[in-house]
Amino acid sequence: MTRSVLLAFSALVLLFVYAPLALVVLNSFNTSRTFEWPPPGFTTKWWSAAVDSEGARNAIVVSLEVALVATVIALVLGTMAALALQRFRFFGRDTVSLLIILPIALPGVVTGIALANAFLTMFGIELGMLTLVVSHATFCIVTVFNNAIARLRRLGGNLEEASMDLGAGTFRTFWSVTLPMMRSALLAGALLSFALSFDEIIVTTFTAGQGIQTLPIWIYQNLFRPNQAPVVNVVAAALIVLSIVPIWLSQKLAGTDESVAAAR
Amino acid sequence: MSTTAVELVGLSKSFGDVTAVDGVDLEIRDGEFFSMLGPSGSGKTTVLRMIAGFEQPTSGRVHLAGQDVTGRPPFARDVNTVFQDYALFPHMDVLANVEYGLRVKKVPRAERRERATAALEAVQLGDLAARRPTQLSGGQRQRVALARALVNRPKVLLLDEPLGALDLKLRRSMQLELKQIQRDVGITFVFVTHDQEEALTMSDRIAVFRDGRIEQVAAPADLYESPASPFVAGFVGTSNLLEGEAAHTVLGRRGVFSIRPEKIHLGDEVGDDDATAPGVVQDVVYLGSVNHYLVELDAGPTLTVLRQNLRGTTHEAMALRGQRVTVGWAPEHVIELDQERQGQQHQELEES
Repeated sequence: MTRSVLLAFSALVLLFVYAPLALVVLNSFNTSRTFEWPPPGFTTKWWSAAVDSEGARNAIVVSLEVALVATVIALVLGTMAALALQRFRFFGRDTVSLLIILPIALPGVVTGIALANAFLTMFGIELGMLTLVVSHATFCIVTVFNNAIARLRRLGGNLEEASMDLGAGTFRTFWSVTLPMMRSALLAGALLSFALSFDEIIVTTFTAGQGIQTLPIWIYQNLFRPNQAPVVNVVAAALIVLSIVPIWLSQKLAGTDESVAAAR
Repeated sequence: MSTTAVELVGLSKSFGDVTAVDGVDLEIRDGEFFSMLGPSGSGKTTVLRMIAGFEQPTSGRVHLAGQDVTGRPPFARDVNTVFQDYALFPHMDVLANVEYGLRVKKVPRAERRERATAALEAVQLGDLAARRPTQLSGGQRQRVALARALVNRPKVLLLDEPLGALDLKLRRSMQLELKQIQRDVGITFVFVTHDQEEALTMSDRIAVFRDGRIEQVAAPADLYESPASPFVAGFVGTSNLLEGEAAHTVLGRRGVFSIRPEKIHLGDEVGDDDATAPGVVQDVVYLGSVNHYLVELDAGPTLTVLRQNLRGTTHEAMALRGQRVTVGWAPEHVIELDQERQGQQHQELEES
């Protein structure tokens, strides 16, 4: 009895989440420009239109670039911050930890305005690719940092001591022991960071400047133009399909990851 | 002629306000199986970690084979450690774990493989080389950790309660095996444990730690038969303390004395030349091959008497409960403990 209720409830929730997404995919083949329901017919012309759309293509490239660079910056800085905070006890350690995590909790509007003001007035930098990437990195660091520090806490310092005891110096220990033990955590952090940056719209609006159009901004600007709506829908459908891949990948990685279980 | 493998001079370590190690002086000879024994928090593990280089002493020096290595990091010391939780690298297979130290030291591949394989065979794990640490049992992991350390042929092997996580039976067999391995390779072993039986079984010499200081350094038999203080008498074996007025009544002397449970005779076993005292059996504890009798002397203190179950039935032994008995011992088995520290130490013992 409880079982069937649970099943029905789960099905309802899943339907609620995934039906609209399915609709997006379905509508990308809808012949009607205004997404008539039920669809009067099916076509692939929107897909070819989307492939030919220069605006969409450029926006995707820009978004990929921004997400990639921001993620790399986040990986380096986030890992280093986690190592430092895990390893050393110093005055203000907890405060620093809080300050690193804070950007993800702050409203994007606040972060966006603050960063744009700082760039323009304090540093005198034109808004552009640089400011955009740096802004994204501020919240991308959080996901990497959180994943990295959680892993480090679980590992403890024992394996590193064992490595040094066997003759390995600090760097050798980092490459041979610390980094491999953190790999899956860093990958998970990086995937999340990439996803965060890829669909970010608020901070981007304030810090990207005029010339740069990321995919979310392009979608937002074209969504209400009747001519572009079907193409936007195709891009959305493509993104749904594409997002499944990294998620599936990270799930698979988490499943085969021995390092966490072994560290216990 | 034996030389010194490890020498500690005035070694101290404080963590904030807490003094973990307080002025330890110690010489460990080349090729000996040396145990550091003490309750948890007595500083023995911290001393081991300072020898390994994981902790820097607050003051004092660490010498290895005559060389001062105090400021050196762990990787610049010719010692290897077997960790309490083994600390095997989970992302490497067993062979790669054992090879790690050699790979770091750039030993050629062929020699590396050969030595690692030999080390694994020495601990009877030759056929598990391709396994991951997660696929091994506790005892097997313990052996891998041992092989991983020994393959580097260190001058000194440090072992931090390596048998703590094993069950009793496995621990007993590993004790003998460790001792055997130590004899075979001839490397100095420094073994940290809180288990007095383990220390007595394996060691050439034992240092008893208490509150960051060494109470006594002696061979197992000397430690057991002539403990330097009530603490040592109590920690290594059961102490059966007699002191103050009770000591005067029973032994006719003042001071602090100890009589080991197995040296005390009970009832009809009391010999003609024994010193004796009357008492009542408060309890009988059945332990399989032996029984413990708790005898409350009329003079006050309760003595534990150990008797092997050679004759009679368990039922008969249990029937002694509540009976009046006479206990006796040969006068030479009364151990006189260090007088000067008695008052303060006995008080602490009772509190703990």
